Amino acid sequence: MSVRSTITSQFQQVAIEQERNLSPLSDDLKLVQSGLDSLSFAIIVARLEDALGIDPFNSTEALEFPVTFGDFVRLYENFAK
Amino acid sequence: MPSDGRSLWESIHARGAPRGRLLGRQGEVALADLAHGSSLGGRLEELRGRTVVLVAKDQLAAGLALIELDGVARRMVLCPPDLSLQHLPGVIRGAEADAAVRDAAAAGAEEIGLPLTITARAELSGPVAPRRRTHLTEWILLTSGTTGAPKLVLHTLESLTSALTNEEAPQPPPTWSTFYDIRRYGGLQIFLRGVHAGSLVLSDPAEDVRDFLARAGAAGVTHISGTPSHWRKALMSGVTARIAPRYVRLSGEIADQAVLDGLKAAYPGAIVAHAFASSEAGVAFEVRDGHAGFPKALLGAGGRTELRVVEETLQIRSPGTAQRYLGEGAEALRGADGFVDTGDRVEERAGRYYFMGRRGGVINVGGLKVHPEEVETVINAHPWVRMSLVKARRNPITGAVVTADVVLKDEAPGRPAPEIVMRELTECCKRTLPSHKVPAMIRFVPALEVSPSGKLVRPSA
Repeated sequence: MSVRSTITSQFQQVAIEQERNLSPLSDDLKLVQSGLDSLSFAIIVARLEDALGIDPFNSTEALEFPVTFGDFVRLYENFAK
Repeated sequence: MPSDGRSLWESIHARGAPRGRLLGRQGEVALADLAHGSSLGGRLEELRGRTVVLVAKDQLAAGLALIELDGVARRMVLCPPDLSLQHLPGVIRGAEADAAVRDAAAAGAEEIGLPLTITARAELSGPVAPRRRTHLTEWILLTSGTTGAPKLVLHTLESLTSALTNEEAPQPPPTWSTFYDIRRYGGLQIFLRGVHAGSLVLSDPAEDVRDFLARAGAAGVTHISGTPSHWRKALMSGVTARIAPRYVRLSGEIADQAVLDGLKAAYPGAIVAHAFASSEAGVAFEVRDGHAGFPKALLGAGGRTELRVVEETLQIRSPGTAQRYLGEGAEALRGADGFVDTGDRVEERAGRYYFMGRRGGVINVGGLKVHPEEVETVINAHPWVRMSLVKARRNPITGAVVTADVVLKDEAPGRPAPEIVMRELTECCKRTLPSHKVPAMIRFVPALEVSPSGKLVRPSA
C-alpha cells in the first residue's frame, strides 16, 4: 500500500471510530475543515507511526505543520524517502 | 494479636508454645523448635543492640531470623531479595547498620562490607541461650522511591501487628500462604498472622505458580493473599483448583470487579476480601462484600483507623501507620496531624469510593487526565481479558495518547477471534469512557511483566 493510501485509510478508519463526519479527502482540503478533532489526529499520527515506521512530527528537522490534506500526505511521503 | 510491647517471640508464645510450622520450598521448621535451636548458628547474642541488615534469598531463613532478632536487635532492615546491590550501601548508610545477617545464597553479600556478618540458615541448630528481650526493635521496610533508590520506612512490631485481632484463632488453625515475599509489607502481614496462629507456606520467586499452588494445596492452605496481578496470573494458570482456601485476600493494587468475580467463581465457598494497605499507611481496611472500591461509610466510622479524602486522595491515620522515613534529608511520612497521604486517588460514586490510581501515574491527553487503572478496569471487565496495562504513548498532537497492552485468556471453546475481541474492547471503552480515555491502540501481548513485589510493572511517568 502506498503512503497516500495508508494515510487515506487511516483518516477514514479513525473518523468512523471517533464518530466524526469526514469531509471528502482532496489535496486542498484544509485539515481544520476535515471534520476531525485533535484527538483524531493524535490517533492517526500514532497509527501511521506503527504502519509506516515514521513519525515526521518527531523529526530533528524543522517541521512545517501541514495545513491541507495534501500537505499532510507530502510530509509523510517526503519523510519516507 | 497486637504485640503490646512484647517481642515477636513472646507474642507468639502468649497462648502457649506455637504449634505451627514455617514451610519453605526446600524444607520446613516447626516454630516450637526455636526454643532449643537457632537459624543463626548460636551467634544471636553477637547481634544484641545492633542494627542489622537482613539480606537473604531464602524466605524461610529470613523468617526465622526475624523471629529471633526481634527484641534483640536495635533495628533490623528487611531487604527484599531483589534489592539491587547498588542500593545496598545507601540502605546501610540510611539505617546506620553495623551488622549483616545473610544466607548462603545472597549474591554479592560478601561485599556488604560490614564488620559483623552472620549467616542465617533455613534449619535450626542448638543449643540457644534463653531468649530475652532487651530492645524495642525497629523494623525497617524498603519501598520504591521515585528515583529508584528505596525509601526506608520505620515500623515497630506494635504498628505492624495493629491490624491483628485478639480473637482466638479459628479452629482448626489456619494455614496461611502468600504470593508476596515476606519482606514486603503485604507479605509481612501474612507472616505475622501465620506465626501467631497456624502455619505459613512461603513462596519462592523461582517457583512456577502452578507448582506453588500445588505445594500450598498439599499443605492444606486455608488463607492466602496476593496482589490482583498475582491472582490474575493464578487464574490464568488454570490450576486454581489446586487449593481450596476459606479466605482469599487481595492487596497492594486496585482490585477491580473482574478479578474479584474471577476469584469468587474459582472459590465459591471462600471469603474474597480486598485490603487497603501500604508500607507507610499500614493496613487501613478490608472489604468483604465482593465489590470493588469501599463503602463511603468507612470514612468517619470511628475506631482506631481514621480515613479521610483530601483533594480526591485517601489519607489514613491509625496505630498501624509507619513512624517515619529513615535517612538523611528524609521527607516527612505523616502530616502534622498524623495522617499519611497515600497518594491513592479515589472517586465517589453512589455511596462508594473507587480507586482511580496513583496521583503520579496520570496520563495527560491534551490537558485531560487519564488514570491508567480506570481504563484497565473497563478492559478487564471483558470476559476474555485476563489482564491489561494501560500506558501513555508520547504523541506530537496531544502530548500523549492512551494505549493498552492486553493479555487474553487462554484459547478455549467459544473464544472469539482476537479481532472481534479487539472491536468489542474498543466499543466497550467508547461506551463507558470519554473519548480521550479510549485507547488509541490496543495490542494483544502474551504476558505482562509483574514486578517482584507482585505489581504490574508500569513505565515510569
